[in-house]
Amino acid sequence: MAEDWSLIIRPKKRLLDLDLKGLWRYRDLWLMYIRRDIVTAYKQTVLGPLWFLIQPVFTIVMYMFVFGGLAGISTEGAPQPLFYLSGIMLWNYFSESFNASSVVFTANSNVFGKVYFPRLVVPLSRLTSNLVKLGIQLLLFIVVYIGYVVATDYQPSLNATLLLFPFYVLLLAFHALSWGLLVSSVTAKYRDFTILVSFGIQLFMYATPIIYPLSAAGEKYRWALELNPLTPIFEAFKYGCLGCGSFSWSGLLYSTVFMCVTLFVSIIVFNRVERTFMDTV
Amino acid sequence: MSDIAIQFNHVGKLYRLGRVGTGTFSHDLNRWWQTKILRREDPYLKIGETNDRAHKGNSDFVWALRDVSFDVKQGEVVGIIGKNGAGKSTLLKILSRITSPTTGEIRARGRIASLLEVGTGFHGEMTGRENIYMNGAILGMTRAEVTRKLDEIIDFAGVERYIDTPVKRYSSGMKIRLGFAVAAFLEPDILVVDEVLSVGDAEFKRKSIGKMQDISRDEGRTVLFVSHNMAAVRQLCQRGVVLKEGSVDFSGTTDDAIKYYLENHLEKTNELIKDNIDELAPFITVNKIEINGTDKTESTIAANQEYLDLSINGETTEPFVANIQLRFFNENHVAMATYSEGAYKGTMVAVNVGSFSISRKIHLPKYLSTGDYLLEFEINRRKQQGITRFLWAKRCAKVHVEGSFEPFCRPLSARWDGFLGL
Repeated sequence: MAEDWSLIIRPKKRLLDLDLKGLWRYRDLWLMYIRRDIVTAYKQTVLGPLWFLIQPVFTIVMYMFVFGGLAGISTEGAPQPLFYLSGIMLWNYFSESFNASSVVFTANSNVFGKVYFPRLVVPLSRLTSNLVKLGIQLLLFIVVYIGYVVATDYQPSLNATLLLFPFYVLLLAFHALSWGLLVSSVTAKYRDFTILVSFGIQLFMYATPIIYPLSAAGEKYRWALELNPLTPIFEAFKYGCLGCGSFSWSGLLYSTVFMCVTLFVSIIVFNRVERTFMDTV
Repeated sequence: MSDIAIQFNHVGKLYRLGRVGTGTFSHDLNRWWQTKILRREDPYLKIGETNDRAHKGNSDFVWALRDVSFDVKQGEVVGIIGKNGAGKSTLLKILSRITSPTTGEIRARGRIASLLEVGTGFHGEMTGRENIYMNGAILGMTRAEVTRKLDEIIDFAGVERYIDTPVKRYSSGMKIRLGFAVAAFLEPDILVVDEVLSVGDAEFKRKSIGKMQDISRDEGRTVLFVSHNMAAVRQLCQRGVVLKEGSVDFSGTTDDAIKYYLENHLEKTNELIKDNIDELAPFITVNKIEINGTDKTESTIAANQEYLDLSINGETTEPFVANIQLRFFNENHVAMATYSEGAYKGTMVAVNVGSFSISRKIHLPKYLSTGDYLLEFEINRRKQQGITRFLWAKRCAKVHVEGSFEPFCRPLSARWDGFLGL
């Protein structure tokens, strides 16, 4: 019996079967999904991709009014628009990537039920297509930043840690992916968790130093915020470009380890669910 | 043994009816409360989900597939036939890696593309062209491959004029054409097709069946084809596998498999043709009427069958001279064809007192289209003052015709031929 089978379908897969080769073979699908997300996001709208800018601008104006004005939360000396924008653009990236990953099974069950391809293509492509939006908002951030430096006497306080920005985005992406995959595996069976998660993630934003600095939290609660693996990322980014916040290698290490562990677990769970989710979805 | 493309080794798929989640957490809680605490019946276990296998022993489990083993050779076109729920689609789903088997394994050589639906992943907002790329990518084609075949795909689908229009503006037929066109230009080593040809208009059906033949015959690909359309299976496949309640019931040449399936799997009736006699002369007793080799009211005419046998045995106490008639009606009770010796050939049969036996071989038209026909049997005599019926059995039997695949033949229909004399 020749043993040159190119495919063997068995009841069980290895726990950590990532099928990277398969993912690579389907890289064109990954590109098509990215293209589809971008092309269809604002079809039949007049302003098109301008909405990528309008959203954060209005959000910032609201935040300046509510948190900066009414609540008077400190921005540690950084200009309010820059402070909020830096947090919001990263948070938007995280939450949108998370939301997309968390509905992988339910939102794509019609396609998954008909064709096989490595399922990870879908969430990975969402992580990538969301980068475009992040990029546009980053441009906005840079423009506003330069505007501040030119128009006011704001002293730019950039430092070398800003070079780690791509790493911050990567960390956020994989946090979003691994949490999202865990949730998607559960929601494949129980739809209830979709609802729980969608408002849970809104609340979670307030548990992350986005509209307030970590230093604004009292000593009593600070440990809780520091347990949040996203905290060091936001703090470090603000430190890098605005000079406020805090930079901590140990915090980033904690975040990275946390990410690796959840990613590991989520891929095991995802692989388990992937095999038979069509029977339960 | 290297010419084997796919090997099914004792593949089984177990569905857990009672334990699969109901979709929401509260339903599962409710089920737990009802079954475990109140000891009632499971409120979510639908009647349709239970079947014979479920009733025996443990009612929570159903084997959708059980111990399925067969090999498919390289370049072979295999038709999988069976009743609804026989496990055909489950088998294809496992082979397509949409769900995992519970037991056994499948080994395959080469790239598998499955076509369980046309136009998977179409997005209404994207244009036809963009959707070709999207759908192609989902089916496993690279961008370069799609670009190379783009013109052919557009041409095959026949939607050139709309190619840069969003697909949501397409008619449903155009969407299907586009979807099938993309799939038709896939170049996998193994193609898995599930009942997708039953869509589209007649012209497109012919086109797609033709394309399927090209793929399997000329390009030498291995194809697994699931269909209820026996004519399509006969036309495309070299080998047939009959599934029954999740197991392989028969495997052999297409003709044998289809014959086996039609003989063993379709529900048998015990109704006799002679019980459907509406009028009978008082001096005649009928012992047996056989049409198409059976005295039961249902039978099948195979695709290449040339004659329809008709016979009647009985006794009479008076002699009579009569004309034998057999009429075909379609399902809407429109007369399609008639056999009438007296009317067309002037042949009358003379029956003497005592027992009699009349049998006829009726020559069938060459191309009967697939479908069910109702038969009417009559023995009569037309005289100047009217008609005398010795025996009249209206709609006494039903024959299912396994004709040629519709787009390829002129069907026996009033539309084309009017009333056909046999």
